[in-house]
Amino acid sequence: MELFEQLLQYTLSGLSTGAIYALIGLGFAIIYNSTSIINFAQGEFVMLGGMLTLFFHITLGLYLPLAVVLAVVVATAVGALFERLAISPLKDAEPIILVIITIGGSILIRGVAMLLWGKDTHALPMFSGNEPIILMGAAMMPQNLWIFGITLIIITANRFFFHHSISGKAMRACSVNRIASRLVGIDVKRMMLFSFVISSAMGAAAGIIIAPLTMTSYDVGVMLGLKGFCAAIIGGMSGGMGTVAGGLIVGVLESLGAGLISSGYKDAIAFIILLIILFIRPQGLFGKGEAERV
Amino acid sequence: MFKTIIKSICIFCLLLVFTVNSWSQEPIKIGGLFAVTGPPSFLGEPERNTANMVVDQINKTGGIKGRKLKLVFYDTQGDATKAVQAATRLIKEDRVSAIIGPSTTGETMAIIGTIEAAGIPLISCAAGIKITEPVKKWVFKTAQNDSLAVERIYDNLKKRNMNSVAILTVSDGFGASGREQLKLRAKDSGITIVSDEVYSPNDTDMTAQLVKIRGSKAQAIICWGTNPGPAKVARNAKQLGLNLPLYMSHGISSKKFIELAGDAAEGITLPSGRVIVANVLPKSDQQKKSLLAYVNDYKNHFKIEGDHFGGHAWDAVMLLKGAIERGGDSPAAIRDELENTRNFKGIGGIFNFTPQDHAGLTKDAFVLVTIKNKGWMLVK
Repeated sequence: MELFEQLLQYTLSGLSTGAIYALIGLGFAIIYNSTSIINFAQGEFVMLGGMLTLFFHITLGLYLPLAVVLAVVVATAVGALFERLAISPLKDAEPIILVIITIGGSILIRGVAMLLWGKDTHALPMFSGNEPIILMGAAMMPQNLWIFGITLIIITANRFFFHHSISGKAMRACSVNRIASRLVGIDVKRMMLFSFVISSAMGAAAGIIIAPLTMTSYDVGVMLGLKGFCAAIIGGMSGGMGTVAGGLIVGVLESLGAGLISSGYKDAIAFIILLIILFIRPQGLFGKGEAERV
Repeated sequence: MFKTIIKSICIFCLLLVFTVNSWSQEPIKIGGLFAVTGPPSFLGEPERNTANMVVDQINKTGGIKGRKLKLVFYDTQGDATKAVQAATRLIKEDRVSAIIGPSTTGETMAIIGTIEAAGIPLISCAAGIKITEPVKKWVFKTAQNDSLAVERIYDNLKKRNMNSVAILTVSDGFGASGREQLKLRAKDSGITIVSDEVYSPNDTDMTAQLVKIRGSKAQAIICWGTNPGPAKVARNAKQLGLNLPLYMSHGISSKKFIELAGDAAEGITLPSGRVIVANVLPKSDQQKKSLLAYVNDYKNHFKIEGDHFGGHAWDAVMLLKGAIERGGDSPAAIRDELENTRNFKGIGGIFNFTPQDHAGLTKDAFVLVTIKNKGWMLVK
């Protein structure tokens, strides 16, 4: 019974961190599919989400929901600006050069955040109370429910957008064949901008909903970004359920590994999975040769 | 033509340097190595601020025997390689008489070779016991040994009749050193470690480790780390409804921890330097005067409360000042006089250096405090 309770607790906390990895991973996948670059600044939008909410809510004293909305808007604007200023002018460059630019961008964003808000860690208040919910012996914060709920909503909306709206379908078209898309009249450059807008908004949302649980500081983006990247790789860079599953797998395995094997290897677990996947199934766990993209 | 202009500018600059120097008596140069950026910046920043503040104060009040102090400072970013480069630069180019810092144990260990070879006294602001054990001729330190903090916790556990504990340490230099000392001292203190868990500095969730501890027979948990990890541990422990007494290390003894952990901080006990409890110390406390002076000065200068990390730099500069006043500014004389320092009432404790002891503190350097109503309370 005790072991069951332990396992349940590990799985629950694994799933909630996994949901965050999934959101970040989706951001990676969306950008990869419409621009074929890996945006290593993705983690910084997660940081921006948390830090901006903190800034609007604590420093400026705004009402929390308003602060959240403003944070997403500002982070998204930063994402769009980043695409316009750093990625878009170099549209004919090799993807590898653009990837390096995103690394530079992430260092820049991190540095500016450090100068603006300092190096301290900050805590955001829980959205709804500090009383844990006990579920068959395993404890869970109401915040975890927020995480599951918001992740679910974002993923559903995402799916709907990419499969049932003109813009979403156009973005999927770009990912399949850019030149052909241009020939049928799709504005490829605009789609690239869209992909940055969507993924920075998603990253910011992820950063906001976990900030009350894990706290936030100018440098939280690095590790979360890398874990999200693992999730996306496991999902074969698909913008759909593959990446979501990848995120949950990384989260749960990390948590189980820390609990059952040794807590010292917690971070190593995610990266060992990443390496194994890259060696054995570079197309991702669920890919069939060519993965369905976006 | 262009070359001549450059040359003449160079010569002009050189002349300028020489004239400026000959204007007044040369200042005594001391070097500072602090990790102002990078992960250990929570140490380096208050240390640098404090060192600058104290040097300014000394200069304003006439310097040391009429000579000004000059602090030449480099940021090591918490990186051992950068620390070695900066130390070499301080010694070879800046020709300092003594060096304060670095902020972390890893960096200090890395530069010891350079320091010993050059024969320049070093007062490290890091805590690791390896820095001064075994004793190195030129190396001193002001941060309290981890072992003293461990002893304080174990004493308290015995008082409360607890003998099996779980330890949860962070996987960096600070945590590794704490873990080593916790294990080493356990046997002599009659304490059994029934669960030995680790977390990494960037972990977002420590539930897994705590659930494992809950499954063990531990009567108390000792968590060893620096912010923000321990705050997450405290929150997760509360979230799990874990009713075990929670002990933490001196690595979190600043208001920041209470702010981060919120309600979960209540009831946590930790050994700490006296800085945070300066105003509630009894009048008889020998360090009270230094402590209040430091805390108030720091608040006036930087608008935030001084912590014991900055205190390490305060101690280092003041120890140097004492040594230079007594023996002059040659590196060898400073070293000899540092070793002769007795009963120096600093921030970290009362220092007594001897040829056998370059750390100079006893376990009285720590007091045990409990967090109550978002503040600190002395444990008797």
